[in-house]
Order: sequence, then C-alpha cells, then structure tokens
Amino acid sequence: MSNIYDVVIIGAGPAGLAAGIYAARAKLSTLILEKDSPGGQIVITEEVANYPGSVENATGPSLVARMLEQCREFGAEQKKEAVISVDFSGKLKKITSSAATYEAKAVIVAAGAIPRKICCPGENDLVGKGVSYCATCDADFFTDLEVFCIGGGDTALEEALYLSKFARKVSIVHRRNEFRAAKSIVDKVLKNPKISIIYDSVVEELKGDGILESLSLRNVKTNELTEYKAAECDGTFGCFVFIGSLPHSELFKDSLKLSDDGYICTDEDMKTNIPGVFAAGDIRVKSLRQVVTAAADGAIAAVQADKYIETAFN
Amino acid sequence: MIVLDKDNFETEVLKADGLVLVDYWSESCVPCKALLPDIEEMAKTYKGKIKFCKLDVTTARRLAISQKVLGLPTITLYKSGEKLSELSKDDASKDSIHNMIKSALG
Ligand SMILES: Cc1cc2nc3c(=O)[nH]c(=O)nc-3n(C[C@H](O)[C@H](O)[C@H](O)COP(=O)(O)OP(=O)(O)OC[C@H]3O[C@@H](n4cnc5c(N)ncnc54)[C@H](O)[C@@H]3O)c2cc1C
Repeated sequence: MSNIYDVVIIGAGPAGLAAGIYAARAKLSTLILEKDSPGGQIVITEEVANYPGSVENATGPSLVARMLEQCREFGAEQKKEAVISVDFSGKLKKITSSAATYEAKAVIVAAGAIPRKICCPGENDLVGKGVSYCATCDADFFTDLEVFCIGGGDTALEEALYLSKFARKVSIVHRRNEFRAAKSIVDKVLKNPKISIIYDSVVEELKGDGILESLSLRNVKTNELTEYKAAECDGTFGCFVFIGSLPHSELFKDSLKLSDDGYICTDEDMKTNIPGVFAAGDIRVKSLRQVVTAAADGAIAAVQADKYIETAFN
Repeated sequence: MIVLDKDNFETEVLKADGLVLVDYWSESCVPCKALLPDIEEMAKTYKGKIKFCKLDVTTARRLAISQKVLGLPTITLYKSGEKLSELSKDDASKDSIHNMIKSALG
C-alpha cells in the first residue's frame, strides 16, 4: 500500500481525533499516528464535566471512545506507531515512525503534553511507589489512607475531589494563598470534609525506602520546612501531582518555531512557520488547554490543511 | 495468563520456581488495559519460559502494597519468588518489557 497521504496527524488525543474527523469527512486520505492507546491525557480522568454536550456518562474514556468511533466512521486510518522523526523541508513532508516512513501533503501536529513533574529529590524514584500523576490509575491503592494532592488549578482540585472518594484524608498543597480555579469547583473542595488545604507551600523532597514514606513541604513565605511522615499503621501515603503540563515538542524543535517554554507557535488558523504544517491542541501556545479548545483547534487545522492542499497541489 | 488473587498469589508467585511475570492492573486504569493485549501476546511468545500472571489490585490492595506496588501499570518479574526487575508507569512499554524479559532469560 502506498505510504503517501493527504494528511498525517501526529497524536490521537482530542485535537488529533477532531482533526481526523474533519479531514476524513473532507475526503482527504488521512492517517493518524499514536504511540499509546488513543485518547491522550483525557483518558486518565474520571469526570469531564465541562465539555459541551458531555452530560451523560461524561468520563474521559467514554468521551474518547465516542470520538474514536466517529473518526473511524468517517474513514481516518489509525496506526499504533510512535513518530520518531520528521522532515518538513520538502513540499511533501516526511514522517518517520517506529515502523515506516510516510509522506504527506499536510501534517497536523497534535502530540499534546505530558504532566509536569515537581522536579524535587526523590520524585523519580518513587513514581509508582506513592507518587502519581494519574488519579484514576492509582486512587484505589489509597483507599482509607492519606493522600497529598499537589497543585491549585482546576485539574488539581477536580482530582482532589475524586481522590476524596477513596482516601481517608486529602491535603491539597497549593503554592499560593488563593485559588484561580473555577469558583464552583473551589466551593465543592472547601465544603468537602475530607479535604484540607495547605496554602503557600511547595514540595521540597520525597523520601521512602521502596515506597513513599515522607514528604517535606516548604512554606514559600517563611521558608519554613515541615515534614509529613506516613502514619505508623499505614506505612505509606499518596502524593498526586497536578501542576500543569509540558509540551511534547522535542521532535519539532529544529523545524518549527517554539515559544521559550517549548510550545509550538501558530496563528489563529493553526498554521506554523512552515506552510503545510499545522499544530493543534495542548502542544501550541494558547491561553486555555482543555478538551473543548483542543477539539476546536483540530477542526480548524483540518479545514486549513484541506485549503492548503487545494492551492499547493492543484 | 493465570489470574491471581489474594489466595493463590503465594503459591503461584512467591513459592514458584523459575520466572514469573505479574501484570498489576485494574479496571479503572486505562493505560493498563491498553497494555494488556501486548502482555497477552508476550505470554504466547515466551510460553514455557516464563509464567505470565495478572493481578487486579482492587481485589488485593494490601497484597500489592506489600509487594511495594502503588502505581499502575506495574509489570514485575519474579525469579524463584524474589523480585528480579520491575517496570512501572511510562516505563512499562511493550519494548522495555521485552528487553526486561530478554535480559532475564540471558
Ligand atoms: C488529570 C487531567 C484532568 C483533566 N481534566 C480535564 C477536564 O475535566 N476537562 C477538560 O476540558 N480538559 C481536561 N484536561 C485537559 C485535557 O486533557 C487536554 O487539554 C487535552 O487532552 C489536550 O488534547 P490534545 O489532543 O492536544 O493532547 P493530548 O491529550 O496530550 O494527546 C496527545 C497524544 O499524542 C500522542 N503523542 C505524543 N507524541 C507522539 C509521537 N511522537 N508519536 C505518536 N503519538 C504521539 C500522545 O500519546 C497522546 O495520546 C485534563 C488533563 C489532565 C492531565
């Protein structure tokens, strides 16, 4: 089979899937490459209450399953392959995956983001040993135990509410003294008897012999250090981290224009600095990183890719 | 694959001779479910060399914690009941699990 497509989409999160739906509906031959299971970051969250129309069965996985089905129905091809390099220098763009090299008239980069780490001593050694970035994966381990939830944004607070269904006690560690999250979520958190909040604090160190046993917090105003140790009877506790994300843009740093913090720069039509290469979703510079904006980006990118192909190749 | 639980873990894993691979997973862990088909395929590839097992941690939370497993997915290789090597979270990819197995088989 030919390895030339009209559009190759890198990443099958909400942005990539929306782009796939629009591109395939426009009768462009479309290939979506995804290194893991489709769905992106949203598959690890229990409730997606703010995506328009996601009312019934509004879990991340069910939302993604519906997007996937829609994408397949319109005929976008999907492969489970990781993109390992790209060459955007020619008129036909080359995308090399772990399995093959593909050529495309247009490329939509929708590789998303990964959770930002605290970057403190002990963190890396204790991932999967008490330190987690995925509440739906790991909350159950902490049934009737204590957990710390690091971060003060919408995601941290939503996940703290989810964790409170399992844990005996949830302590939110927030580096400021007030929340910027949506007021309705903050209210729910403040009313939850299991949740307490530690303001003005950041995690300084995580310790444990094989499993997480101690966490040190530093008060950013007084510089005072406080160490929390696991209760004797528990032996451990959880530390869930939701402090934002980092763009998956390593692969593109030599070809595309990135912001100082590594996000891809685009105009409002999702065009990057290279004609025929578009970026959509969490990977690009924008003010709101959510499913609804990722999907919108994907749609715009696909429509623009269609227009570009029409002018550049006909 | 052998389905483990609280009652058979000791005999199937800790008291077993040779190499045993345990896939710690749960129903709500989407990355675990994405990985499972790969593990099932490996179970066929390495049949007779390694015993492949899976443990749904929601049925055996304490047991998993006693094995110092507190995050999913975790893939652990045991040799004669002792932990030999382990891959967790993002490190637990198909390729790295193959490599872990290959180096254990020597
Ligand atoms: C815990 C949590 C809770 C959240 N809750 C909400 C919520 O309630 N509501 C909401 O609107 N938003 C929520 N978000 C944010 C939302 O998940 C993101 O904004 C959205 O997923 C972004 O979509 P995306 O398609 O741009 O990127 P992603 O979802 O990050 O998807 C990118 C995909 O690209 C793949 N990829 C990356 N590199 C490669 C490569 N080299 N080759 C192949 N594939 C690659 C990745 O594996 C991934 O599947 C939450 C995020 C988190 C982490």
